[in-house]
Amino acid sequence: MSDDVLIRLENITKQYPGTADAAVNNLTMDVHRGEVLVLVGPSGCGKSTTLRLINRLIEPSSGRIYLNGEDVTTMNPSLLRRKIGYVIQQVGLFPHRTIAENIATVPKLLNWDKDKISARVDELLDLVGMDPEVYRDRYPKELSGGQAQRVGVARALAADPDVLLMDEPFGAIDPITRDRLQNEFLRLQQDLKKTIVFVTHDIDEAIKMGNRIAILREQSEIAQLDTPEAILADPADEFVENFLGSGAILKSLTLMKIADTELHQVPVFKAPVMRDKAIETLQDSEDSTSILLDADDKPLRWLDLAALNRTSQPIEKSGRPISVDLQPEDTLQDALTAMLQSSVGLAAVTDRKGKYLGCCTIESLAKLLVEQGAGK
Amino acid sequence: MGEGLPLPHVGEKDTMDFLLSLWDYFLGRTDQVGQALVEHIVYVISVVGLASVFAISIGVLTRHNVFARELSLAVASVFLTIPSLALFTIFIPLVGLGFAPSFMALFLYAILPVLRNTVTGLEQVDPSIMEAAKGMGLTRTEVLLRVQLPLAWPIILAGIRIATMLTVGIAAIATLVAGGGLGDFIKSGLARLPLPNSLEAIWLGTLLSLILAFVIDLALKVVKNVSIPRGIR
Repeated sequence: MSDDVLIRLENITKQYPGTADAAVNNLTMDVHRGEVLVLVGPSGCGKSTTLRLINRLIEPSSGRIYLNGEDVTTMNPSLLRRKIGYVIQQVGLFPHRTIAENIATVPKLLNWDKDKISARVDELLDLVGMDPEVYRDRYPKELSGGQAQRVGVARALAADPDVLLMDEPFGAIDPITRDRLQNEFLRLQQDLKKTIVFVTHDIDEAIKMGNRIAILREQSEIAQLDTPEAILADPADEFVENFLGSGAILKSLTLMKIADTELHQVPVFKAPVMRDKAIETLQDSEDSTSILLDADDKPLRWLDLAALNRTSQPIEKSGRPISVDLQPEDTLQDALTAMLQSSVGLAAVTDRKGKYLGCCTIESLAKLLVEQGAGK
Repeated sequence: MGEGLPLPHVGEKDTMDFLLSLWDYFLGRTDQVGQALVEHIVYVISVVGLASVFAISIGVLTRHNVFARELSLAVASVFLTIPSLALFTIFIPLVGLGFAPSFMALFLYAILPVLRNTVTGLEQVDPSIMEAAKGMGLTRTEVLLRVQLPLAWPIILAGIRIATMLTVGIAAIATLVAGGGLGDFIKSGLARLPLPNSLEAIWLGTLLSLILAFVIDLALKVVKNVSIPRGIR
């Protein structure tokens, strides 16, 4: 077994008594140290069952599961679970315990001393973006759904387990909060480098969260296991294609950054602008739109010839405002959205300080997608 | 004071006179009253205490076994349908008169409310909370003691309150098997109707039962407020 395999499932079958088909049929799968492996598939495909086999909430009918080279079926299940963080969709906070007591659950089982536990609780609340002073002594019923799941994640991380099992952790949260929690979680994972097995039925979430994705069909059979990029570029079969849906190309946009494309330079003007000069420049250029910058090079407005010719208005009020703020590390999906909103088919890109860098165009986007497709 | 109560007394008395007479009757027998009260309270505490421990244990032990659970609920229900007059007397051949047969009858009556509520309380705990507890590495016993029982406690306690009220009322029958308690006053009053002081005795026994029930209920409310964590109150 190679060093970077932390969890190995070997020929795992789970057959419930009285059912014809196994819930999980002869599954073999490796989870690498420090990766987020997403199990995704239609409901009833056995992905949750697979997850729960790892921490022995479900016992396999046959096969072996190794954690760090050790056969988990020989370990005491409770002791095993204390080493594996577990997050579920319904969160399952203990309503009769405070937030601090909830987070302290596993450290208490492990007999940590009081000071260490309370320091750890505060550290974790900070980590998930909740002020310890405010939330430590609150009860779960006083939290919103998003806050509850933050605490759920903090509780799972409490004893600093190497492995985190997450069963649709953001599935019951409203879309806006879900997006924010996903982003925060990805940021956290960059520092924590936990080995995470993440179950979802949402392919978009899988693409966003996973270093690798296992697309599962009935009986937890792996249809394809690869990086999101590879799966989107080259679906293994019709099942995977159907599961990805028609928007596969659009989905691959979420994996690419604006920095991957070449930025296009349109004419720019800085106030104060000589109107005649501006018209001349724009007429001479291949572009039909130019950008007005402020004194700090921050893009303010889109200016086309019609706007420049409209002398009734000061130039600072002509054209259309640039409202979207895009940076090179944003995804092409964001860029596409901005282009569609801008009404000129362009998206202005700035650096972190808001200084104009160039424009993202539909053409550059299409070019990149073609290259990606050809490369695979 | 008007016409007064239509009392079956020799002669006519109005309400005020009756209350005064009841008060005199009480003052004349404080020793007896004290003893009957103590006996009554001993019944309530011992019966509810032991029946609660017993019923909660049965509820906990049968929590994973539907058949055993339904069977014990059925048996406990049967006890409650036996007429109390009969239930107090059927143990006399086994244990004689006095405290023992009364205790046994009351004990059997008090099981159902606590058992029923224990079963309901344990069942209504959100499965996702149990799943999370188990998934974090709590053992079966730890899940029970740290999560399931505390969350079921408000409902179990409500069952204990019902059992208490039931016991305060039915303990008055203990007097029929020489078991003492506040029923002594009621029985002697009934036996002497319509002689003087007979109605006073009945009223005294009844009122003291009511007051006792009220006081115990208050005490249980205090227990409730102290023992139920703020998060689930």
